[in-house]
Amino acid sequence: MYKENKKVFIKNKSYLIGFILSFLLTIISFLSALIVKTEFYFLENFFFIKILIFVCALLQIFIHLIYFLNINTNNNDNIWLLFTLIFTIIIISIILIGSIWIIFNLNKNM
Amino acid sequence: MNKKNFKNVFYKKKEKDNTKKILGFWIYLMSDCIFFTVLFFVYLNSLTNNYNKNFFNILYIFIETIILLLSSVSYGLSYKNIYINKKKLIYCLVTTLLLGTIFLLMEFFEFYHLISLNIKPQTNAFFSSFFTIVAIHGLHVLFGILWMLVILANILTNRLNKNDFLCLGLFWHFLDIIWICIFSFVYLFGIF
Repeated sequence: MYKENKKVFIKNKSYLIGFILSFLLTIISFLSALIVKTEFYFLENFFFIKILIFVCALLQIFIHLIYFLNINTNNNDNIWLLFTLIFTIIIISIILIGSIWIIFNLNKNM
Repeated sequence: MNKKNFKNVFYKKKEKDNTKKILGFWIYLMSDCIFFTVLFFVYLNSLTNNYNKNFFNILYIFIETIILLLSSVSYGLSYKNIYINKKKLIYCLVTTLLLGTIFLLMEFFEFYHLISLNIKPQTNAFFSSFFTIVAIHGLHVLFGILWMLVILANILTNRLNKNDFLCLGLFWHFLDIIWICIFSFVYLFGIF
């Protein structure tokens, strides 16, 4: 029983690590948004803050995938989950890049 | 460890890990992911227009985020108790359920506040896409809560199917991932 428990489910520790990391990242992104709201104009434009929020979101998604959804390459069954994830990322990039491409071309022809 | 409690929870005593079921559910989640990315793209397109969008309270959204994150963690903590302790399992699920309902109510009151300010989905393109994304996420949370009630009933009557439990976990964590995208791309990008 204990063996099965250990094999299938990861220990509680990974959830706590994931919680702490994602909590810190949310605090970073919300603080950077508050800087914009309080209008400290020490930054010329907010491009840097936008990139910061974007990077925080991407990191948090990866943290959720690794620590909460337990997607790793150790287990043979999990590999298919990883493959489908990569496949959807490819599909999403096709949809987004393709639609942006088409819209820009339409803009040229107008 | 209580061996007595442990055996009682499941419907079938020795159920194999049916990874095909989990994979199928995962593929459904991925198709949902594509659906949401298209909605996000529509929203980001409408951001480029100069509408007045200073209606979001950042602190309120921060509290919502933390509540959903805590509910996700509490569901994750219940994985370990599935074999060991029935009482702890039920406590974890009930806390997840309560946090989920609090989140849903907060979302509902935010909509109520916006509508009382006379901002409706039909006011402009920005708000129509905003209402669509957030309401569809809210609907997902609602169905997750209903599913969790069913799982709780299964546990109480000792008829739990382990794959259902794992699938609900995938669903719940996936909703949290989508909420991350919503608060960073919808609310925080809406400020600029």
